[in-house]
Parts: sequence; C-alpha cells; structure tokens
Amino acid sequence: MTSLLDSIGYAGWALHALIWLPVLGIGLVLWAEEERAKNLAFWWSIGVFVLSLGLWWAFDPTSGAMQMETTAPWIPAWGVNYSLGIDGISLFMVLLTTFSTSIAILGSFNYIQTKQRAFYALMLLLEAAVVGVFVATDVFLFYVFFELTLVPMYFIVGIWGGERRIYAAIKFFLYTAFGSLLMLVGILFLFWKAKTLMGMPTFAYEDFLLVPLTGTEQLWLFGAFALAFSVKVPVFPFHTWLPDAHVEAPTPGSVILAAVLLKMGTYGFLRFLLPFFPLASQHPTVVTTMLVLAVIGILYTAWVAAVQPDAKKLVAYTSVAHMGFVVLGIFALNVNGLQGGLVVMISHGISTGALFLLLGMLYERRHTRTIAEFGGIARVAPWFATAFLITALASIGLPGTSGFVGEFLALMGAFESHPTLAFLATLGVIFAAYYMLPMVQTVFFNKLETDENRAIEDLNTREMVILAPLCALMIIIGWNPTPVLDRMEPSVRVVIERVEEAGARAAASDVLEAIPPVEVTQTLDPEDMNDGSAPAMTDGDE
Amino acid sequence: MELDFSRQLHYFWALMPEMILCVWGMVVLLAGVSGKHKDPETASSGDPSFGGGADLGWLALVGVLLAGMANGWLYGVEEVGRSSMIALDGFRLFANWVFLLAAALAIMISFAYVYRQRLQAGEFYGLILLSTAGMMFMAGARDLIVIFLGLEVMSIAVYALTAFNRRDRKSAEAGLKYFLLGAFATGFFLYGIALVYGATGSTNIFEIGQTVSSGGASSTLLTIGIAFLTIGFGFKVSAVPFHMWTPDVYEGAPAPVTAFMSAAVKAAAFVAFLRVFMVGFDGAYDTWYPIMWWLAALTMVAANLMALVQSNVKRMLAYSSVAHAGYLLVAITASNEAGAAGLLFYLLIYTVMNMGAFAIVIGVAHQAEERLQVEDYAGFGWAQPMMGVLLTVFLLSLAGFPGTGGFMGKIYLLQAAADAQLWYLMVVLVLSTIASYWYYLRVAWFMWMKRQLADDQHDMVIIPVPMRIALIASVAIVIYMGFFPGAALDFARESVEGLASLGGAMPGLGE
Repeated sequence: MTSLLDSIGYAGWALHALIWLPVLGIGLVLWAEEERAKNLAFWWSIGVFVLSLGLWWAFDPTSGAMQMETTAPWIPAWGVNYSLGIDGISLFMVLLTTFSTSIAILGSFNYIQTKQRAFYALMLLLEAAVVGVFVATDVFLFYVFFELTLVPMYFIVGIWGGERRIYAAIKFFLYTAFGSLLMLVGILFLFWKAKTLMGMPTFAYEDFLLVPLTGTEQLWLFGAFALAFSVKVPVFPFHTWLPDAHVEAPTPGSVILAAVLLKMGTYGFLRFLLPFFPLASQHPTVVTTMLVLAVIGILYTAWVAAVQPDAKKLVAYTSVAHMGFVVLGIFALNVNGLQGGLVVMISHGISTGALFLLLGMLYERRHTRTIAEFGGIARVAPWFATAFLITALASIGLPGTSGFVGEFLALMGAFESHPTLAFLATLGVIFAAYYMLPMVQTVFFNKLETDENRAIEDLNTREMVILAPLCALMIIIGWNPTPVLDRMEPSVRVVIERVEEAGARAAASDVLEAIPPVEVTQTLDPEDMNDGSAPAMTDGDE
Repeated sequence: MELDFSRQLHYFWALMPEMILCVWGMVVLLAGVSGKHKDPETASSGDPSFGGGADLGWLALVGVLLAGMANGWLYGVEEVGRSSMIALDGFRLFANWVFLLAAALAIMISFAYVYRQRLQAGEFYGLILLSTAGMMFMAGARDLIVIFLGLEVMSIAVYALTAFNRRDRKSAEAGLKYFLLGAFATGFFLYGIALVYGATGSTNIFEIGQTVSSGGASSTLLTIGIAFLTIGFGFKVSAVPFHMWTPDVYEGAPAPVTAFMSAAVKAAAFVAFLRVFMVGFDGAYDTWYPIMWWLAALTMVAANLMALVQSNVKRMLAYSSVAHAGYLLVAITASNEAGAAGLLFYLLIYTVMNMGAFAIVIGVAHQAEERLQVEDYAGFGWAQPMMGVLLTVFLLSLAGFPGTGGFMGKIYLLQAAADAQLWYLMVVLVLSTIASYWYYLRVAWFMWMKRQLADDQHDMVIIPVPMRIALIASVAIVIYMGFFPGAALDFARESVEGLASLGGAMPGLGE
C-alpha cells in the first residue's frame, strides 16, 4: 500500500486534494439536475473519503512532527502562507470528517426533499472548510477556515431545519463568532509579537511557537483562545447554543455538528492552546477552572438529559457531557489524558453521529421524537433496535466499545493529576447509563401499543449501509484501539513535552514571577498537582 | 514628464483628471439641456439601458474613463522644484481610483432609476462628475484651502443630488437637512482652518506639520483648531456624535445617490482627514489621539447598536455605513503606515461591496423608493438565486467574513491598530462586528429562510444591463480580494510610501 501511494506521489498532493476536491464538487452539484444532485454528492464524498484513507498508510506513526507539509506564499505582504500538514492529532480528525460527511450525505437522501442542490453544495463546502481547519499549519489560514465553517452550517440549520430554525441558526452563529473574533485579536497580538521579534511578518504555526510571552500575556491570550474554543466544544456554561442547534438542525446537520464541528474546539485546545501558552495552561487556577467546568458539564448535562421528553434533545445534551470528558482528559495534562480525550472525540463523533442518524430515521417514520410516544419497536423493527442498542451502549461507554476506551483513558489521566475531580467525573459514566438506558427501554422494549408504532418499518438497505460501518467502528475501536493509539502517541507526547519543558524552564528562571499569585493555589491539595509542571507554579508562590 | 510648479501651466497638467471631469461634467450638462431628453416620458425605447437618458449616462461613463486614463498617466510624471498646493503622490492617485470606481458604479446603477423616476439625466450625471472632481481635489490637496475648495465643490453637488427627486418629499427634506447641517459643519471646518493658520502661520499641510513638530505652534489655538477640524471632518465622515444627519439623508436621497454618498463622499473625507492629521498634526498626536480613540469607539458601538433595530434596509445600510466609518477611524487613530495603507485598501473594498449591496436594493425596490423593508426580501434568494447569492456575498463582505474582501480590509485595519498597540480599540472593533453580524445576517435569513409573501413577489425585480455589469464587477472584486489580496495590498502600501516621504518621517508610534 505504502509503495503504491509513493508511486503516485500521494503525500505531495493529498491534503490539497482533500480541501479542493469538495470545492470542485460544489460546482458539479450546482450544475447537475436537481434529482441527481444527491447521488453525485454522495459518490463525490465517497471519492474524497477513499482518497483520505490513504493518509492512514502514508502517515508515519513513529513521528510526532508535522508530516506531508506543503507550503506556498499566499499573502506575502502579511507573511501569510498557504501551508498544510498533518500529525497524529489531525490525522484522525480528517478521517472522521471525510467519513462523517459521506455518511451524513447518504443519511439525508430521504430527509432533504427541497432545494437539494443547494443543500449538497453546502455540505461539500462544509467538508472543505472543516478539513481545512484540521490541516492548516498557518494560523491565518486556520482562522479563515475556522470562520468559514460557520456560513454553510448557518444556512443548513436555517433553511432545512425545524420550526425554530432561524433562532437556532443565528444563536449558533453569534455564539461561535463571539469567541472566534476575540481569538482574532489574540492572533494579531501574537502576529505583532512575532513580527517585532523576527523582523518580518509571519503567521506560521512554528514561528508563533517561538514567541516568548510573559506569564500575564499568556493568561490573557489563553483567555481569548480558550473562549473561542470553549464555545465551540462547548464547555459549560457556553453550551446553551448546542441543544437548540442540534434539535432544529436537519439530521445530516446534526450529524456533522456532533461528529466534526464540536471537535474543532477540542482540536484547538490541543493544537494551539496548550503549545502556544504552556505556562498559562498549567497554571493551577486555569487547570482547576477548566477541569471543574468539564466536570460540571458532565454531571449537570447528564441530569438535564435525563428529563428531556425529546429524544434528540436528550442526545444533544449527552454531547456536552461527552465533550466534558474530552476537556477533562486534555487538562489532565498527561499522555493518557490527552490520548483519552482524542479517542473520546473519535468515539463521540461515531456514536453520537449514529444516534442522530437513527433518530432521524425514526422521525422519518413516525414524525415525532417524543420518547413517550414510542414503545416496543424492537418487535416490529429488530434490526433497527439492534443498531440503536449498540450505538447507545457505545455512547455510554460500555467496555468493548469505543466509548469505553476513551473515557477510561481520560479518567485515568485525570486520576493521575486530580483524583477528586476525576472521581466526580466517573459518576458521569453512571449517569450516562441512567439517562440513556430508560430511553432505549421506553422506545424499543415497552409494550407495543399504538398502531402507528406497529406500522414502523425495519431498516432498509440504504440505512443498513449507513449504520453498518458506524457500528463496526464502535466495536473495532473498542476491542483493538492500539493502531489508533499508536498513531496518536508521538504527537501527543510532543504537546505534553512542550508544556512540561516550558514549566521546567520557567521554574529555572523567574519568568513565573510575572504570573500573579492566586489564592486558589492554597486551597488545592499538593497531591492534586501534576508533577513536573505544577510544582513550579507553587514554588513561585510559596 | 517633469512638472515644475513654479510655472502656472504645470498646475494644469497636475490636475489633469480633475480638469477632465469638470469639463466633461459640463458637457454632459449641456448635452442634457440641448438634447431631446427634456421629457423622458416620451422616450421611444422602453429599455432603460439604452433609451431615455441612457445615452447621457454612457457619455458620463466615457468621462470617467478619460479621467481614469489621465490618472494613470500621472503615475509617469515627476515633481521637480518646490512642492506645491497639489500633491503628486501615490496616496492621491490611489484615492482617485476609488472615486472613479465609485462614480462609474454609481452611474451604472442609476440608469433605470433615472429613467423610471423621470429625473433630468443631464444634470444628474453631470453633478456626479462634478462632485467626483471635488473629491479628487480633496485627495490631492496639500493645502487646507484646497481641501476646503474640494469639499465645497463635492458637497454642493451632492446636496443637489440628494434633493434631486423632485416628486419625492423625503428627497427634498433630506436635501434641506443635509445642506443646513453641512453648511454648519463647513463653518466649523473653515474656522478650524483659520485657527490653525493663526497657530502655525501657514495653510500648507507640510509646513504646518513642520511647525507643529518643532513645537513652534501656539498650543491653545492649535488645539481648538484641531478640535474644529475634527468636527468638520467628523461630520463629513459621519462619525458619532456628528452622524445625526446620516440616516435621514441616506434614507431620503435617491437610492443611487445614497450608494454614491456612502462610498465616495466618505472616502474623500477620510483621505483628506488622514492626510491632514497624519502629515499636518503628527507632532500633536498626543493631543488628538484620545479624541480620535473615543470618536472611533463611540462610532463603532453606537452605529452598530442602532443598526440592530432597523427594519428598513436602506436605513440599515446607512447605519452600517456609519459603523464602517468607525472602523476607518481606527486607522486614523493608529496613524501609522499600515493605517494609511489599510484605509486606502478598505475604502476600495468598501466602495465595491457597498455599491453592490445598494445595486440589489435598488433592483428589489423596482428602481424606486418602495419595497425597502426587510420583509420585502422574504424568499428573495430562491426566487432570484443569482441576485440572492450576490447580495449574500456583499453582506458577508460588509460583515467582514473570510473569503471576501471585507475580511482582508478589516484584518488590515486591525493590524494597523496592533502596530499602534491599540488593544482595547481592537476589542471594541471585534465586539461591535459581532453586533453587525446580526443585522447583515437578518437580511440573509429573510432571503433564504423565509417564504415569499406572494408567489409573484419577486417577479418584478429587473436588473438592467449596466447594473449587471456593475454587479459582476463588484462581486468579482470582492471575491478576488478575499482570496488574492496580495497585489492590491502591495499597491496600497507603495501608494502610502509617497505620503511618508513628503510628510517627512512617518509617525513612528507603533514602530
């Protein structure tokens, strides 16, 4: 396989193609006839997905550095380059994106009945923008793609969504734009620093890594970047846009939103937040705040999810809880935690995407999503029930499914550094069963009473084709996560080492003096600290 | 060719584009009087692109083209000997391109409007050319008196254009309001010139700059003079709190005139504003910097908040134009090289995106002053997909979204602010931008996410040929600048270098 890829020079053009092929597809879809648009879009996205699969082999799992890097000047006056590359963190995000886009497009064949050409064109635009977010290694380019994802999603929710679609669309747009514009000021601050330092304008990721920042600057910039990404994730208390957007979005919109758009936030944590501001990221107050918010997100949204009468809203809230585990893993600031966070990102993308697809199929059959309306569907639709059960179990993290691997690693990472908070987060796993299983019970296993429910048909071939790979992935990753973990590990280590190195260097010099002493440090148990990094902070304080 | 300003004739060469426009404006005027266009109602052809007063419109476009050629020719001339009242630098010539582009687009989007509203075509197009000449005087002036002359030539023509639709009361009201308040502001401006002259002993911007920098100016007089000039310019660029006239005038004026005013008149005022403050009052930066800071912040916040509640699209665009004045004031507050170049670049982008948006508003309004509410756009996108997409692109660009020129322009202004370390002002800028998303996207959601009120609601929307050309040109520039701004950025930066060498060292605040 590798030699085949080499022979066609795959590494040189693959990343460009993954961005620009979908863009080309937009033109084709718009040009095609209305009724053929969906097939064209589907096969086009499958083509992109197959192309992206080559990354699995072309990627060198032993290296944690950026690979397949290509760069070309874009706006020389500002030092902006069109430069792309992937590492072990973005590899999986790209694969997840191309995969979920194909699945979502196939899943919208029945759901989207009007204005199909525009819909599929927007889906492809979204794919291009999201892939761009994950492979950009120029901060300006990243920002352009990051913002660009808003436009197609805004229209997908606003045009094809449910009753309160406009409210949901504009809320989604304004919330996320609010964060990212403040991040823009932060980016320009870094740009200005880098320009003064190097004597020439640059937006390159590597150059931004070299910019020396005082502790106070790091805290401010951390705030700006963290806000942008936290809204996207979403971290409690910035999550209120998500249930609205999920419930109102059409099924494919929800799938993409859950599977990849939320990941842009946590990806931002890993790619920019920790490496750019290593001192701020291990500042005890910051770490505690982020972890506490993550735990609140896990526990609180589990409670809220448990009382939702609308199945889609329930799943929407579980998204917040799952992303809480990701944040928990990331701010554990060790290899296990980061890897766990990444696996939860992948697993959540697959399982929650599948849940939204299944609910969409249910909605197409019954035109309601109220849990109480259903009952005993397993008897008339056994395959449907099987798929739903597998997905629900993966979602709550049953051992043997992908959800377990991620949550286990994330919690293990968190236990190493913050046992109390990790213990609280573990309760979230139990709560997950508490909100998910009654829903499954009501919908599929209670008495089959109403005629409408008796009339529900089982999965058809197209739906089988959609769900089979999703269920298979949940189980494969659950049983054998090693190939996935192996590819992540070097890149995750690079991030962790950078954070720890900065901590050690700061301990050696007096840079940390610049970070103001904070009271919270005293209330923390010394054992709560991550060794190697955090003690440096407390030393400065004591 | 070498120009020596000790010889009177050479002023003529240096003012070639302005001269052409003045002469051509009168030619169009006379052609309108003498010709058969007295009553457009009897025009034989029903096609507004060629019938009615269209020939005069095409004639005016030829004038713009000739002036453009002269402007291009000026790049080849050199200045020898002492400097004069007229600047021969890239800054002026770049600004001239913006004015000429605005004038050409304004003429092209006026054809059907003039025809439908039975306006006097000769006077209408003639006045546009004459006011453009006035703008060019302002951009090329190196002397406060010349700026004043340009300001008056421009303003008086625009007052007349505002009140041009005689059958519309709102137009007359807008004209009167604009004229009275404008005259008032001009008074401030003139008094400011007098005080600055009193403080420095000169009206030449360069000499003022030298006197101010060396501390040879009387500081009280100078401060009051600067304040008065700020008020005068603030009125013309419609900075809050001197913006009161803007919404009413922009709403009442004929729509193509509104488009022209909000882009070109503002551009001219900003170009002169920047030159006077950056070259002339650089030495007093500490005096006027806080005023400008608050003016910019206030303008951005207030205008964006007021635009939030507008349901009339024309009025919304008027407030949006005030908001953009706020963004541009950030460049003046920064007062550095990136600021000057960013200002030019932003004016170019703003002109095309604003004109484009107005062109579609005029189309939806049936070349008249009806159907301007945001509800009138319900389902517009699906009924007229091409125009819907175009308006969406223009709105996204006005909002400063990636992939459009508006984004690059905003980034340039933010960079200028970063160079001057105006961090809080940058935060104000981005926060007010978020407010602007709401009202720009509101039009987009009516267009794409609402149903038409009636099935034939948008069948009447007709875009004549010249307007199509204008739209295609605008959208091409907006998107091209969104993806490949490199050449234009370099050009803007090189244009500003001329300003620096003439005004002595550039203000080195951020450097």
